[in-house]
Amino acid sequence: MELTPANRDNRPNQYSNNDLQQENSGKLGDAERWGSLITGGALVLMGLRKRSLRGTLLALAGGGLAYHGATGQKSLKDTVSEAAGLEKNIQVEKTVTIFNRSPEELYQFWRNLENLPSFMKHLKSVRAIDKTRSHWIANAPLGENVEWDAEIIEDRENQLIAWASVEGADIENSGFVRFKPAPPGRGTEVKVVMEYNPPGGRLGAAIAKLFGEEPEQQIGDELRRFKMLMEAGEIATTEGQPSGRQ
Amino acid sequence: MKAVCWHRANEVRVETVSDPKILNPRDAILKVTATTICGSDLHLYDGYIPTMKAGDVLGHEFMGEVTEIGREVKQLKLGDRVVVPFPISCGHCFFCQRDLWSLCDNSNPSSSAWMIEKLYGYSPAAIYGYSHLFGGYAGGQAEYARVPFADVGPVKIPDGLTDDRVMFLSDILPTGYMAAENCNIQRGDIVAVWGCGPVGQLAIQSAFLLGAERVIAIDRVPERLQLAREYCGAETLNFEEIDPGEALKEMTGGRGPDACIDAVGLESHGIGLEGFYDKVKQAVRLETGRPEVLRQAIVACRKGGTVSLAGVYGGFLDKIPMGAAFNKGLTLKMGQTHVHKYLRPLLDYIQNGEIDPSFIITHHLPLEDAPHGYDIFKHKKDNCIKVVLKP
Repeated sequence: MELTPANRDNRPNQYSNNDLQQENSGKLGDAERWGSLITGGALVLMGLRKRSLRGTLLALAGGGLAYHGATGQKSLKDTVSEAAGLEKNIQVEKTVTIFNRSPEELYQFWRNLENLPSFMKHLKSVRAIDKTRSHWIANAPLGENVEWDAEIIEDRENQLIAWASVEGADIENSGFVRFKPAPPGRGTEVKVVMEYNPPGGRLGAAIAKLFGEEPEQQIGDELRRFKMLMEAGEIATTEGQPSGRQ
Repeated sequence: MKAVCWHRANEVRVETVSDPKILNPRDAILKVTATTICGSDLHLYDGYIPTMKAGDVLGHEFMGEVTEIGREVKQLKLGDRVVVPFPISCGHCFFCQRDLWSLCDNSNPSSSAWMIEKLYGYSPAAIYGYSHLFGGYAGGQAEYARVPFADVGPVKIPDGLTDDRVMFLSDILPTGYMAAENCNIQRGDIVAVWGCGPVGQLAIQSAFLLGAERVIAIDRVPERLQLAREYCGAETLNFEEIDPGEALKEMTGGRGPDACIDAVGLESHGIGLEGFYDKVKQAVRLETGRPEVLRQAIVACRKGGTVSLAGVYGGFLDKIPMGAAFNKGLTLKMGQTHVHKYLRPLLDYIQNGEIDPSFIITHHLPLEDAPHGYDIFKHKKDNCIKVVLKP
C-alpha cells in the first residue's frame, strides 16, 4: 500500500490493496465491494496477487453469468493446466488522465461500445446485441477474424464498466474500465484493467500477434489514442505522409 | 514534390516524393516558401539521434502559404502566410494549457510514443522531421508540408515582413529567447553564452533585451566570435586560446557569471584529455553526448546562479559535475522550446524593429542544393553560419 497523505488521513475514498481480498470474502455489501474498485487509488492487479481478475469480477458481480469461473469451480482442464503451471492468463493495468473531460463525458462515449473501434486499432467492430450483451470482432493477421460475445457484468453510470466474455469466445477476456475524477482541475483518470487467456493452436498464435509481445504496450497505446481523441479531437498519425521510401 | 530526405549519417538527398495530404481534420498543407537547416539537424545528419529511417523527410524550421485546410481548421484560410513552430502541439492538453507546448501529450503518434516513453518515462511533443522517437513526421525541407493542429501552431505574418526576418520564429529565435528568459536576468547581471552559432547569437541579443549588463560569448570560430562582438555587442572568448573558466572569473570580478547559457548541446568540442575521452565514448556509443560545455558552464557559474540549456541533449552523459552544481546551489533550466508561447511577443519585437534575426543568414540556396548546405554548415565552410533553403 502506498503511503500517500490521503491514506494517512484515512480519507474514505482511498482503499488499500487488501480491500480486494476482503471484498472477495463476501463480508461487504455489493455496493461497498464495487465502491472500492470505483474509488480505489492503488494498483488493482497488485491487490489481486496473481488471482484471476475474471474470477474476482464475477464474484463481485454476484454470479449473474452461468460460467464456471463465477462459482469458483474449475473445469478439469483448468485444474490440470493450473497444476502443471500452464495457466497463462495475461493481466494488464494501464491508466491515463484525460484533461478537461468529465467522468460523465468519457463514460458516455465508452458505454456506447460501438465507439470503441474508433481508437482500438485492432477492433473491426463492436455490435450491441442488447443492453448488456455485445458482439466483438477483431482483426487478426492474414485476414483472419477473432470474435466473441461479451457481457457487461457491472455498469455503474459515469464510474465503471466491467465485462467478461461468455462461453465460446475465441479469446476469453474480462476486465473493467474506471472513470474517476483527478484532483480538481486535472481532468479524469481512466483506468483499464483486463485479463485474457490466449488459446493454443493456430488461433492462439494469431491472437498472440494481435496483442503483440507486450500487451501492456498495446493497452497503453489504445488508451493513448482514446486520450488523443477525447482531448485533441483526433488521433495523431503519420500514415499516408510522404517519404523517400516510396 | 521535391524534399530533402535523410539516408544515413552524412548523407541527405533531394528526392521526388508524393505530395502531402490532409490526414486529420485539424491539418493544413503549406506551400513552403522558406526553410532552414538547424544546428539540431546536424545531430541527425551526424547520426547521433536514433530511430531515423532512410527516406525520412527532414526539416523543422519552415514557413509558407496555406494551400489546403482540413474541415476542423477555423483560424486559417487559403493563401495565409504563416510560420510554423517546430514542436507539434494539440493546444488542448494539460501541458499545452500550461504554456508547456513542447511537452504536448497528444502529438506523438502511438506508433512512436511508446519508444520514447521507454527512454524518457513520458513522451514529449512530436517534432517535424526529427526521428521516429519524436513522431516520425515528415519535415519542412520540402516544397509542401503537412501541419497538424493548424489552428494552434502557425502564426500569421503581416504583409511587409520578409521571410528572412520572420522565419526564425519557427525555432531559433524563440530558442535563444527562452534560453535567456530561463536565466531570470536581474539588473547588473553578467551572462555567459557558450556557442556563437545562430541560437547563441540570438541568445546574446535576447539577454541584452531582457536587461543583462554584459554578455560574454565563447566559441572558437573567428567569424562567429566577430559577429557576437560586432553585431550583438558581446565580449568574446576563444576557448582554443584561453581557458574560459579562468577568463570568466577574471572578467567578472572573481565572482563568476550570474547565468550561463549552453547553446551548443550534445556535440560540443572539448580540448585536452576530457575532449578525447568524450569523443571516444561517443564514437562507440557508450555516451550519446559530449557535454564539455555543460561541464564548463556548471563550474564557471557563480554560486546560486542559473545554467540554462538551449543546446539539445538526447541521451546519456558522463562526468557531469553534480557536486559543483549541488554545492553552489545552481538552478538548471532546460527543455525543447515552448515556441507557441513566444510567437506573438517575438513577432511584435520584429515588427517594432527591436529584433531582426536575419543578420545570421550567410547563405541562400535553392532546395536542390540542400546536401551542399548541410556540408558547409556542418564543417563551417565558406564562413557558413545559417543556411536558408528556398524550395
